Amino acid sequence: MSGTHQATYLGMPAFPVAADASTRNTQLRANLRHATHTIRAKRATAVAELDDWSPLRAAGAAIKDRTLRHLDHYLEQLEGAVTAAGGHVHWAADADEANRIVTELVRATGEREVVKVKSMATQEIGLNGALATAGITAYETDLAELIVQLGDDLPSHILVPAIHRNRGEIRDIFAEKMAEWGRPAPEGLTDAPADLAEAARLHLREKFLNAKVGISGANFMVAETGTLVVVESEGNGRMCLTLPETLISVVGIEKVIPTFQDLEVFLQLLPRSSTAERMNPYTSTWTGTTDADGPRTFHLVLLDNGRTDTLADTVGRQALRCIRCSACLNVCPVYERAGGHAYGSAYPGPIGAILTPQLRGTQSELDASLPYASSLCGACYEVCPVAIDIPEILVHLRERVVEGGPVTVRGTRTVIKPAKGHAAERAAMRAARWALDHPGVLRTGQRLASRTRRFHPRRLPGPGRAWSDTRELPKVPEESFRDWWQRTRGGSGTEGRTTT
Amino acid sequence: MRVALFITCVNDTLYPQTGQAVVTLLERLGVAVGFPEGQSCCGQPQFNTGYRHETEPLVRRYAAAFRDYDYVVAPSGSCAAMVRDNYPRIGAKAAAEGRGQELADAAAEAVPKTYELTEFLTDVLKVTDVGAYYPHTVTYHPTCHGLRMLGLGDRPRSLLAAVQGLNLVELPGADECCGFGGTFAVKNAAVSAAMGADKARNITATGAEAVCTVDNSCQMHIGGTLARQGSTVRPVHIAEILASTEGNVW
Amino acid sequence: MTPQDPGSRSAQHPGTRSTQGPDAQDPGSRALVMARIRRALADVPRAETPDAVPVERTYHRVHGDRAPAETVDLLAENLADYRAIVHRADTPSLPALIARLLADRGATSVAVPPGLPDSWLSAVPDAVRRVPDTAELTPHDLDAVSSVVTACAVAIAETGTVVLDAAPDQGRRRITLVPDHHICVIQVPDQVVDSVPQALERLAPARPLTWISGPSATSDIELDRVEGVHGPRTLEVILAGPPTGPETAGQS
Repeated sequence: MSGTHQATYLGMPAFPVAADASTRNTQLRANLRHATHTIRAKRATAVAELDDWSPLRAAGAAIKDRTLRHLDHYLEQLEGAVTAAGGHVHWAADADEANRIVTELVRATGEREVVKVKSMATQEIGLNGALATAGITAYETDLAELIVQLGDDLPSHILVPAIHRNRGEIRDIFAEKMAEWGRPAPEGLTDAPADLAEAARLHLREKFLNAKVGISGANFMVAETGTLVVVESEGNGRMCLTLPETLISVVGIEKVIPTFQDLEVFLQLLPRSSTAERMNPYTSTWTGTTDADGPRTFHLVLLDNGRTDTLADTVGRQALRCIRCSACLNVCPVYERAGGHAYGSAYPGPIGAILTPQLRGTQSELDASLPYASSLCGACYEVCPVAIDIPEILVHLRERVVEGGPVTVRGTRTVIKPAKGHAAERAAMRAARWALDHPGVLRTGQRLASRTRRFHPRRLPGPGRAWSDTRELPKVPEESFRDWWQRTRGGSGTEGRTTT
Repeated sequence: MRVALFITCVNDTLYPQTGQAVVTLLERLGVAVGFPEGQSCCGQPQFNTGYRHETEPLVRRYAAAFRDYDYVVAPSGSCAAMVRDNYPRIGAKAAAEGRGQELADAAAEAVPKTYELTEFLTDVLKVTDVGAYYPHTVTYHPTCHGLRMLGLGDRPRSLLAAVQGLNLVELPGADECCGFGGTFAVKNAAVSAAMGADKARNITATGAEAVCTVDNSCQMHIGGTLARQGSTVRPVHIAEILASTEGNVW
Repeated sequence: MTPQDPGSRSAQHPGTRSTQGPDAQDPGSRALVMARIRRALADVPRAETPDAVPVERTYHRVHGDRAPAETVDLLAENLADYRAIVHRADTPSLPALIARLLADRGATSVAVPPGLPDSWLSAVPDAVRRVPDTAELTPHDLDAVSSVVTACAVAIAETGTVVLDAAPDQGRRRITLVPDHHICVIQVPDQVVDSVPQALERLAPARPLTWISGPSATSDIELDRVEGVHGPRTLEVILAGPPTGPETAGQS
């Protein structure tokens, strides 16, 4: 069965290389443009309905900051509350450990199949692959995750993992692949979204009705009460959370919030930012287990996997506020053109560009390229419902890439060296800084450029081609402003002059 | 009121006419402008590429160069935003690294006096109609750092709307980045070019004769792309429009 | 000193700290993660308490200022906006309305929570099989049931949401999930609040909660919203109140 083969982000090229290919994929560009522009406008409308969006956003950020600054306290409180409510709490320091824990928990049930709610944490750790290796088939039940799974593909968006597929492509995947996994697609399936949703309903229903083990993530965990929250739309979440006998939830440690009351902030921020709805169709909350209603056994696997390393960075820490709404992806002009796969991780887009290099480090060429996958336009920060200053962190991580410095890796403070491949750039930056710090030198350079302006080529050789392949070069003027001022004003108003 | 022009390195080297326009405009409005020649680059290319330590001498230089002035006016949203948003960060990081308060003090000195041109006109001089004349159809692209970091809002549009003879047409997708992004333009050339191409097409489709911004670095990218597409729309800095008068259209 | 990372550990559940699990002995990863967190938070003053981190709640408790009847109208409007079918009934006419909705649907069976008021189904013909919500009822059994009728815990006007808390008049979570047609009765105006903050004040976190805002939906195909995936594809909401309001209004 195709479930044993798992697509992987491993070994993907650096962002500019992948993006160079995806920008030339006109179908992908059209799909992404259509989808992101549709949701962009809707989000703006949904947010504009609330005249207190700004204080809600500030409260969301503040609650998350409070939690992060006292994460040990809240996790202990959460653990106590979940355990008291009949749940079992497990701790996983990294992806391998989380996968091992979940695999063993499934094995202990004797089941070989599990149904899954869409979960970023399990994508991050590659749980499906680990389960497949252990002979356990995980059925993705979110419509988009189903499209990805059937297509032997990778998610490219946090909310809509198959955003890179249009309806025609989805129809073809369903018609070809559903039979391999269970109930085949209906004869004569059209590409109407309603028909495609109906096909998914029929295909997955038998999985839900027979499921004994469900696997989920969670959007929030309430420390005070031990309550977990899953926010969804299709009802596949409710199916996975209530029909199986055993429920295993894999959740990042940063998903904890202090109190039940705090949900009043996030249940307003998340749906409007994410699906642009006043409220998403279904939100499920559960606290441990409930007699004769829902799973009899509940396991919570708390996942670190680089989160504590991120926490240790006082600038980068704010990335852990993220509630995975994907608003930043939907407004990002770079994401829109490069597509999610170019980010080489379960977390694409602007949030991925700051989260992945913190969770995984900046050692690989791909991860070191991610902080540069942005024009720093700031649209992501503007829409972020928990006010993560993504541009600030991008620049902070760029510094880590080119200058190295102190970081925390797997819990250990260490000093990393600058990434490879930046030597020429570093030399150029240094030279430029030196020239700029000596205005006399700058002026000499400007004059030289002016004098030779007639000989400047229209297209540059070498690295300059990256500019001149698609853009004309600016013409160098006869005279710099500096020289014009000197010539016309004779040095008046130069009080601030310093020696050069 | 001692007012200095911070020309910015891009304008100094490639777009001197923009600086000349600022001087003309401010003098017409009765403001004497100084140009301290110790000024240089704000350090944004270095800082935004990750070379914070290479930026530090430029922070000091900026603070020193404009020490004797009450206001520093920059015809660049991006460079003004660099000073206002990032200089304090550079100062705070240096202090956190145990290198004292010197850079933080330099930042604290620089930040409150630094204004982007349209902010200075609107907030300090409190003018919207600067007495300009520009008989052309113009579309306005709000550059990202002016729009989001400085929060320029309607200031540039209000100034343009008051210009005699100017026909301001709306730009579809105006708030989307043009794709310049400093070193982004070459590090991620494909995405940058794709963004620029879409922006240029939107600009051309407005039927405007000129596209106006508050940032010549973005204009360099937009104009270069427009030219490569064979578009006749010409990029023009807002200072050049505002400096124009009936007898002297820039 | 950094505790050893668990990569080299061979324990099957190195992170387990369940008090009930058979293999709950090794607290290694718990201690490891906790130690990492505390080291990561070296910048947080030791004396700082969680409450000392300021959280300003200057957002509104309610958006707008409405009389109770207006709040109910807003609820009806927002429910309908997300494709729930909204009906109104006074208490005496409620049984007839429920019977009609089931008949219109062609329902042959209906799932019944144990605490549903007897009167609610009193007008439904005996030919429509009553399926009591019991622990023995399997998902497959439920899949063969046409409809389900429940009460609710609270409804939120601003978002068009009904919240179920698995009380006896609502039943187990699965009975409102597997059947394709859900009729939910809201007592107005008592069970209606304006806002999300007000709803949370009324809810008990220990109970399993299901917040429902319209029938199931997906935006997974080109980010276009399509109603009706796995949950009930038809959600009918009855705003039941004292005999004063219009008989049926706001139907979509």
